[in-house]
Amino acid sequence: MYICKRILISLGAVALGWLLPLCATADTYTEEEKPQISEIINEHTADSYWWHITTINGHHISVYLPVIVHSEDNGWQVFSSKHLAHGRTYKGFRIDGEGKYKGKIIYHNAAGEACRPWDISITKNALALMINSAIMLALFLSVARWYRRRPENAVPGKFVCAIEMFVMNIYDEVIRKNIGDRHQRYAPYLLTAFFFILINNVMGIIPIFPGGANTTGNIAVTCILALCTLVAVNLFGNREYWKEIFWPDVPVWLKVPIPIIPVIELFGIFTKPFALMVRLLANIFAGHTVILSLTFMIFVTVEMGVAMNVGMTAFSVILSIIMNCLELLVAYIQAYVFTMLSAVFIGLSQPSHHPKKVKA
Amino acid sequence: MLTPDFGLLFWMTFSFLIVLGLLAKFGFPVITGMVNKRRDHISQSLEAAEEAARKLENVKEESLAILDEARRQQAAIIKKAMADGEQLLLNAQQKAVEETEKQLALARQRIELQKEKALGEINAQVAMLSVDIAEKVLHRQLDDKSKEEAFILQMLDETERIM
Repeated sequence: MYICKRILISLGAVALGWLLPLCATADTYTEEEKPQISEIINEHTADSYWWHITTINGHHISVYLPVIVHSEDNGWQVFSSKHLAHGRTYKGFRIDGEGKYKGKIIYHNAAGEACRPWDISITKNALALMINSAIMLALFLSVARWYRRRPENAVPGKFVCAIEMFVMNIYDEVIRKNIGDRHQRYAPYLLTAFFFILINNVMGIIPIFPGGANTTGNIAVTCILALCTLVAVNLFGNREYWKEIFWPDVPVWLKVPIPIIPVIELFGIFTKPFALMVRLLANIFAGHTVILSLTFMIFVTVEMGVAMNVGMTAFSVILSIIMNCLELLVAYIQAYVFTMLSAVFIGLSQPSHHPKKVKA
Repeated sequence: MLTPDFGLLFWMTFSFLIVLGLLAKFGFPVITGMVNKRRDHISQSLEAAEEAARKLENVKEESLAILDEARRQQAAIIKKAMADGEQLLLNAQQKAVEETEKQLALARQRIELQKEKALGEINAQVAMLSVDIAEKVLHRQLDDKSKEEAFILQMLDETERIM
């Protein structure tokens, strides 16, 4: 009965989607304002100085965010990004429309060249990161507080149980299995990384305001995460780990006089986190791009006639539903893969003296 | 797109380190620690329950064994009692027989004794009679030998008649 109801609601949503292009066809675009799909997709997936929520009757509704910049001429400047909207210049700063610094704040130095100031503006992604961090802190600190206030054999409720299930699944299946005896030291980092990525991924799928920012599809974010794994792997690597890198167990001519294998191993230290960084970035970025493209299919097909438009709209909505489900899956899988590979790399940096004893 | 932006790097480091610091100190260790503690508690309780069940099983077995033992002893006691009774009966019978025999022997002995006594008495009487006869013979003082002889014979006849 419940499922029937669900299906009806879904069909209703699809039908509603069908009607939308009929409204859209009312005002077809002229040749100049024809939406540049790739531009818009890039704009949506890239970072921005304000958080565009929607446009109603040509009126943009955006959350303008603080710009924090430092240039040699002006020193530190803090102001709202509202002053820079629509290509305006404020205190010598403006957002570059094209070229090397496209979409970034620039200023012109004495020689008249465009320069990037030190820019630590709270951009859309930065704000999204903060919101997601706050959500994460609220979730886990409240659960931790629940535990701290109860005796050890208290029975948790639904919410605490659900969080506990996620945490313990990662803790037991990923962290403890891959690291072994000394997992206690790495568990907090790996759990934080997992849930940080998961929450950011899921929030990225939600299309309206506090969500929708492409945080984990931004290289700066994945770069920091990968750097943390790099540090975690190498900071506490034991003697055997370094021995395997600089004096591995291979024929001597591979190590002396030209240290082929050591060089490869040394590169490996950096390629592993690099792969983590690119994998997460590419997966999430691609997901966002595909969903946006599917949505834009509705607007691209407007000029192909009503019948075509209606057909493609139905197609687009159905595909978008499927893609969103897939992205939800990808959100979990990518967080899982990042954490698992980090755990594996950390496990490899702790070769045991008794290799048989490690696996439980 | 592939050049990390400095500002975002900064804010990402900032947010992530704060989250990591707070959760590493107050978040995840508490959760995992508590769950592990509870897991230990549950496994201990299960072990205790199993132990109790095992003990109960032992108690059952023990009680059964005790019951069995009691039954066996009962049977043994009854058997022994019956055997004892039989033995007692046998002994009593034997004793009775022995007693009878003893009594019989005693009676026989007494009879013998009586008989001997009677014989003795007879003998004494005979002797007395002899003496009487002798006395009478002596009293008569017969000179006639033939008469004497006839007298003795007469006496003897008399004696025989008495006997």
